Amino acid sequence: MANSHQLKRVDFIFRNENDWEKVLSATIKNKPQELINELISSELKGRGGAGFPTGLKWKLTAEAKSDEKYVICNADEGEPGTFKDREILSRVPYKVFTAMAICGYITGAKKGFIYLRGEYKFLKAELQKVIDEFHYYCKETGLDFEINIFLGSGAYICGEETALMESMEGKRGEPRNKPPFPTQAGYLGKPTVINNVETLVHAFTIFKYGAKKFYDLGVQYSRGTKLFSVSGDTPKPGIYELELGMSLQDFVYEFGDGDTKAVQVGGASGFLVPRKKFKDAAIGFKGKLTGISLPTGGSMMLFNSSRSMFNVLDNYLEFFREESCGQCTPCRVGCQQLLLGIKAVKRGEKPASYLDKLLRLTETMQLTAKCGLGQSVANSFSSIVENFREEMIY
Amino acid sequence: MDPIQTLIKDLADKHGRNRASLLPIMQGVVEIENFLSERSMAEIAREIDLPAADVYGTASFYSFLETKQTGRYIIRVCKTITCAMKGKNQVLFAIQEMLKVKMGETTPDKRFTLLQTNCLGWCHKAPAMLINDDVYTELTPEKVRDILSDYMKKDAHH
Repeated sequence: MANSHQLKRVDFIFRNENDWEKVLSATIKNKPQELINELISSELKGRGGAGFPTGLKWKLTAEAKSDEKYVICNADEGEPGTFKDREILSRVPYKVFTAMAICGYITGAKKGFIYLRGEYKFLKAELQKVIDEFHYYCKETGLDFEINIFLGSGAYICGEETALMESMEGKRGEPRNKPPFPTQAGYLGKPTVINNVETLVHAFTIFKYGAKKFYDLGVQYSRGTKLFSVSGDTPKPGIYELELGMSLQDFVYEFGDGDTKAVQVGGASGFLVPRKKFKDAAIGFKGKLTGISLPTGGSMMLFNSSRSMFNVLDNYLEFFREESCGQCTPCRVGCQQLLLGIKAVKRGEKPASYLDKLLRLTETMQLTAKCGLGQSVANSFSSIVENFREEMIY
Repeated sequence: MDPIQTLIKDLADKHGRNRASLLPIMQGVVEIENFLSERSMAEIAREIDLPAADVYGTASFYSFLETKQTGRYIIRVCKTITCAMKGKNQVLFAIQEMLKVKMGETTPDKRFTLLQTNCLGWCHKAPAMLINDDVYTELTPEKVRDILSDYMKKDAHH
């Protein structure tokens, strides 16, 4: 049994708080260093999926020497099964903007951008209205900070932070080599904080209520709450704010349809967990959780016993093949060959042992692909092929 | 100056004439023209002083920047996992039957182009599609037929 919390619903993110002007003006009365310490002590980690400590990211950017710095809100929410950021931007956008402005105050950035995926263009007009109002209050508060919306044009890879910056610079969205990291050289080569939409809302909560309120939720190494996008074979698809550290078993009790065969945690680039491992898996960052710990950007897709895991994997691989930027060979050719390979095994043109070759290919991709896209194809591929091997063959 | 030149000049005046303004300019052309013709790409290249190959290279990277002629309404049906599980194919068949087009094709009257796209972020209300920038969710064959009829009626007034 995983050492995990019971599933607990929380309501921080969507709580309607009309006092953001007060939160902004009160927060920027503190010294940047004090605010960074507060953020670090909350142990907030990035909510886009990678889980980098947010306080440290802000600290590194604040320490970087440059006359020009930027704050970017990553709203290029493209991971299959994720739709929480859209909900945040339509319901509590001012929390996101407030956190960006506070980040600007702390780091010395005067310009912020929201990289909004093209699929969410319908949000733009409404967001712009809130931004205009927000600029007015920034002026009133005496804070020199300006936010602009940059629209994407349909490319999953642009959710990768350096690809996003390339895209903002008017280029193909091809990820850069790291280092240098964006905290040193980001947008236009200048120190840049780039955070997921949800991360910024948590930062707002922390600055409003203090780090302790956030820290007291969740479990060790996985503090606070997280928004989960629940879809697939569930009687209640939607967006839920839950404490981190819950066991997958508890999650399935709450959201399953009684016949859940497997859950994909973290979208197509995440892991598929079969029923027999539900009780050993907990949702949170690596650390004290016993059993399997599954970090996630919040995508939870449930599959019941009527679903073919071959079709699921086929769908993911087609997705990756199309969305691979094509820049590095392991990912470009790897995704193509994995897709061709599983089809060949299914049709009986290749022996079942060919799956092991394909598994080795994903290991190579994990080691050699340039960015998270190519590296993470191995996650879903190996967790599906290893747990549902017979479905791949017959 | 012809309309395309005027459009691109206005967009460059608004967004600037540097590399970072390339995407907003291309998006602005697509908003009016629905796609980027060779002519528009060459004109953008001239206006902001970039090699035309760079403009095409960038445009062709992004799935929402079409470089082939499309209809006035681009239908993009989500084909990613949850939509695929929740009846995306039936929706596609209904559209294909109604518009008499195959995947990737444009109706002869240049009104509709039918495409598929990757996750639109409406998995809890699958299946979903976009028509230009407008989102339609929880689709059924009946619902999608009603939606398209409305577009046909709306378009007839133009």
